Amino acid sequence: MSHADFASLQERFAYLTERDSADHLAVNCPAEHLLEFCTALRDSLGYDLLVDVTAIDWDAETSPRFTGIYHILSTTHHNYIRIASDCTDDAEPSLPSLAGLFPAANWHERETYDMMGIRYEGHPDLKRILMWEDYPYHPLRKEFPLAGIEVPFPAADVAETANAKVLPAPMMGGPFVSSADGTMREIEPQAKDESWTEKEEQS
Amino acid sequence: MATTKEISIGDLGARAGKAEEEINGETMALNIGPSHPTTHGVLRLLAELDGDIITKCEPVIGYLHRGDEKIAENMTYNQFVPYTDRLDYLAPLANNVAFAMAVEKLAALEVPERCQAIRVLCCELARVSSHLLGIGVFGMDAGAWTVFMYTFTEREKLYTLFEELTGARFTTSYTRIGGVARDIPEGWLGRVTDFINGVLPVLDEIDKLLTRNRIFIDRTQGIGAISREDAIAYGLTGPNLRASGVDLDLRKDKPYLGYENYDFDVPIGTTGDCYDRYLLRAEEVRQSVRIIRQVIDTIPDGSFYAEDAKRIFSPPKDKVLTSMEELIQNFMITTEGPQIPAGEAYFEAENPKGALGFFVVSKGGGGPYRLKIRGPSFCSLSILDKLVPGHYMTDITVILGSLDFVMGECDR
Repeated sequence: MSHADFASLQERFAYLTERDSADHLAVNCPAEHLLEFCTALRDSLGYDLLVDVTAIDWDAETSPRFTGIYHILSTTHHNYIRIASDCTDDAEPSLPSLAGLFPAANWHERETYDMMGIRYEGHPDLKRILMWEDYPYHPLRKEFPLAGIEVPFPAADVAETANAKVLPAPMMGGPFVSSADGTMREIEPQAKDESWTEKEEQS
Repeated sequence: MATTKEISIGDLGARAGKAEEEINGETMALNIGPSHPTTHGVLRLLAELDGDIITKCEPVIGYLHRGDEKIAENMTYNQFVPYTDRLDYLAPLANNVAFAMAVEKLAALEVPERCQAIRVLCCELARVSSHLLGIGVFGMDAGAWTVFMYTFTEREKLYTLFEELTGARFTTSYTRIGGVARDIPEGWLGRVTDFINGVLPVLDEIDKLLTRNRIFIDRTQGIGAISREDAIAYGLTGPNLRASGVDLDLRKDKPYLGYENYDFDVPIGTTGDCYDRYLLRAEEVRQSVRIIRQVIDTIPDGSFYAEDAKRIFSPPKDKVLTSMEELIQNFMITTEGPQIPAGEAYFEAENPKGALGFFVVSKGGGGPYRLKIRGPSFCSLSILDKLVPGHYMTDITVILGSLDFVMGECDR
């Protein structure tokens, strides 16, 4: 069924390519056509409920590095569509904003910007949403360590009097994690970051 | 002798205009939260007030951000189950099920019928528990304290049932990829029946206390009305969407876990105001009770996990301790995690707060390459800056209560 749907979509929108998917209809859409395609989806194909906006970081060695992902559900025919759109620039990734089309995209795009550092062109108020405004990193990027990185405390006056800093999480004893690939020794559940030790904390 | 004295009083009209300006011109900035009883957690609202009327309201979130998605990338699927408890921590069982379903979808794994029935039971009990609390605190927000006492008592009984089923009251961590942690205990279904028989009269009590309560109606009717178009545009799901008149329930429209086999109605609101959202939740509890009754009557025998998924589900303890093959299987899954093929899948479950979605990207192996959690409360709160302005300050409490959000899944 999803194939038939895709064929009819591609007839209308020649720039689409089909995307591997374990479930719903999924398409790749070039970023420059994203706005046009989503407008058509909403206005003439019944996909009216934008449920999710996110992105995938395929790590620094891969190009295109960032892929924006959109899930739209139809409140009339109850089908999902997944739209994937690669960011052309790996260093400063950006995508067109859908906030004008779906108000729901406003917060989702702010979150993706916050976590991944993708700039959404045309977004009314693109600022951080989960982290604080001056936070210097985008934590869901693959190079960002699980434990975090030391950064200045967000309130400058508190930082000055209390000498407070935002420190990486002590990883000894947790999160107790295992990785998906590697040797048997590496994939065994273990504390990931061993730079932190009790001795170091005491000093 | 009469003398006259001239007093200049200036332009009366201009003075009157100036006074009005003094009254109306000034707005006040008011910070609500992040620690405030009406914010049900750590939500902060930056409000601007003109007298008693709110002119601007900007929600600030992120105070409960724990980086769940980052953590997920660094662990195996089963290790992440306890983290899902802490998303919507008022309905952990439903979160567990939604997460397991998303990963199973990627693995194209169908769990046995008994397991599905157990999961439906979990989801609906979680819905009853979440809505009872939702209605209780909503009543409390609107000044009706007593309701909370009734609903909390019932919820406590539910937690006793959860404890018996899963071993924990709140953070249940009950599902595994490919099944559930253990089968239902003996006699447990009978105790669930006792509970649902007992909860119906309580629902009637709540109905008597709230539905025709003059004060409650005055405080909720016509307040915080969300139009059908806005509800869809802002991506609301679940009761908040249906209260605005949109007929969308994933249990009916995208049936999973065999929901199509159960007979239940989906209540739909008309005006989308706070009162409608209350009525809708109250009715959903009754519908859940209907589903639970049918599940108990029809629960099939069989296995509570996918027995042929040898690389996904770790077998029960008694088998691990007595058979070599199962021991190896258990060892492999514990160390490497459930082996899920590469690909992408998105699954949304109709949770008490709305559609909880998981987008799983796998490159093969035991853990996700990327896991995106779509929390319904996140979307419910994004509408606040449009919904709240124009209301009185006191309405904020009622609007927040009626949206029934949880910061755990909003901030993740």
